[in-house]
Amino acid sequence: MTDRRYAEAAFEDVMSTVEFRVAERPHITVDTDVCRSCTTKACVHACPADLFVPTSEGGILFNYEQCFECGTCYQVCDGEGAISWSYPDGGYGVVFKRG
Amino acid sequence: MTYAGPGSLSTVVDETTKTFDVIVVGAGPAGSAAALEVARAGHSVALVERGPFPGAKNVYGGVVYGRILDELVPRWWEHMPVQRWVTRRSTMVMTPTQALTVDFRTQDWGKPPYNGATAHRADLDSWLAEQAVEAGAVLVPSTVVTSLLRDRTGAVVGVRTDRPDGDLTAGVVIACDGVNSFLAKEAGMYKTGHEAEHLTLGVKQTLALPRQTIEDRFAISGRDGVDIEMLGCTGGIPGGGFLYTNLDSVSIGVVLALTGVSKAKTRPEDLIAELKRHPAIAPLIKGGEQIEYSAHLIPEGGYHAMPELIGDGMLVAGDAAAMCLAAGIWLEGVNFAIGAGMYAGRAAAAAVKSGDVSKTGLAGYRTMLERSFVLTDHRKLRDFPGLVLSDRMQQRYPGLVCDLVQGMFQVDNPLPKPGLRKLLRRATRDNGVRLRDLLRDGWTGMRGLR
Repeated sequence: MTDRRYAEAAFEDVMSTVEFRVAERPHITVDTDVCRSCTTKACVHACPADLFVPTSEGGILFNYEQCFECGTCYQVCDGEGAISWSYPDGGYGVVFKRG
Repeated sequence: MTYAGPGSLSTVVDETTKTFDVIVVGAGPAGSAAALEVARAGHSVALVERGPFPGAKNVYGGVVYGRILDELVPRWWEHMPVQRWVTRRSTMVMTPTQALTVDFRTQDWGKPPYNGATAHRADLDSWLAEQAVEAGAVLVPSTVVTSLLRDRTGAVVGVRTDRPDGDLTAGVVIACDGVNSFLAKEAGMYKTGHEAEHLTLGVKQTLALPRQTIEDRFAISGRDGVDIEMLGCTGGIPGGGFLYTNLDSVSIGVVLALTGVSKAKTRPEDLIAELKRHPAIAPLIKGGEQIEYSAHLIPEGGYHAMPELIGDGMLVAGDAAAMCLAAGIWLEGVNFAIGAGMYAGRAAAAAVKSGDVSKTGLAGYRTMLERSFVLTDHRKLRDFPGLVLSDRMQQRYPGLVCDLVQGMFQVDNPLPKPGLRKLLRRATRDNGVRLRDLLRDGWTGMRGLR
């Protein structure tokens, strides 16, 4: 478990190198009722920003603030209509400098 | 208020005065090239970008091939913001403990007209958009196009944006809105709703290193640069890896088939971490300080996965039209976007001039794409993306190739050298490859190279 903890701490450092201009409106919404019946929860492993966390009740906790806006989550989502995804409002969201 | 997303619905509007002759959505390489050509033809054009500046949302994986810019910017290499000119191109086939590298170097690629360059997309895309603005295009940044406007016949006549009173009308809308292209989907240009099997996820870390250290480690000097493409470094997930040099940083990452990512229990950053620990890679990046992490989807399906490219009042170009070429040893995208955008701009300008912006009036776009590298290369290499991401290519061939080479160079005295046939038999057996499949895949590969 030591390795995993180390990896998590390092990942936060990695994420801290990215600029996000956080919008007030969340551009991702998740219908956790749908998530409760989802057996794969692919978003949890696939999201490159690690924004989706399973809860003990079988739902999904997420944040939209450090989103790369790649679209992986809605593409891998098995649950019909579980993840609603749009672009953040104009000028907000991720700002890559060396992409 | 509407938001750009998979469920967006078009708004029907009655024909009004056009705000612009052409609206280009997305100021990436495709969009800026399109806007540049429309403006140069003397028509009014808006270039709408959702980021605060062009390139803010964009990520690439290694090399920009610039020769298509010959048609747009004279002596472009003197102006384009380049990190390094790629004079070394390596292809690395690896297992966790082995690596076979084919390394090619030519100094021809380090002088005009050059071949490939590394660049930061924020710089590159902003520069290309600037060319369009100088030609007369109106750049509208920090603005999301949320849906299409259509007339009563269904023809596209403009876009709705997230600005107050943000409807813009035009004769032609060119959708260069990237891999997720909600506009192409909204217009019904993608036949299937489920495109995940044609997508890969690219994740990339940029690591700062002193310029001299990079030059010493990668055996380069001046503005020369290196691009390394890798196969066999993505665990059980179909994909590949890359490492390329910027001026005073290196960028390393992996590209993963989305369907593989969703099945695997490995997170993308763990695969990068593993790649960074590989004995062939670790010494190259040692001590690099993290300066940015990024991720983006890549439309890798190629020719088979492309949408319809022309509608009434609408064209699609670049990633929005799945125009990335991911054909094994050829990995290109920015050049295809620039080319397609340029032809889309020319076709739109011609249609506006003739007064016919219907699908028929815009048909010149397809003709230009077919006559150029854009669709010629894609059609020729249409079976490559599938071959590269196939189970054998991913799971078996890297080990087979490495074992074969290890067998050739390993001296097992007092045993004599094994014959090639024996080595091949042993390597195919150990890696679970049937000769029949090897020959068939070889044939598919050769056919594409004709």
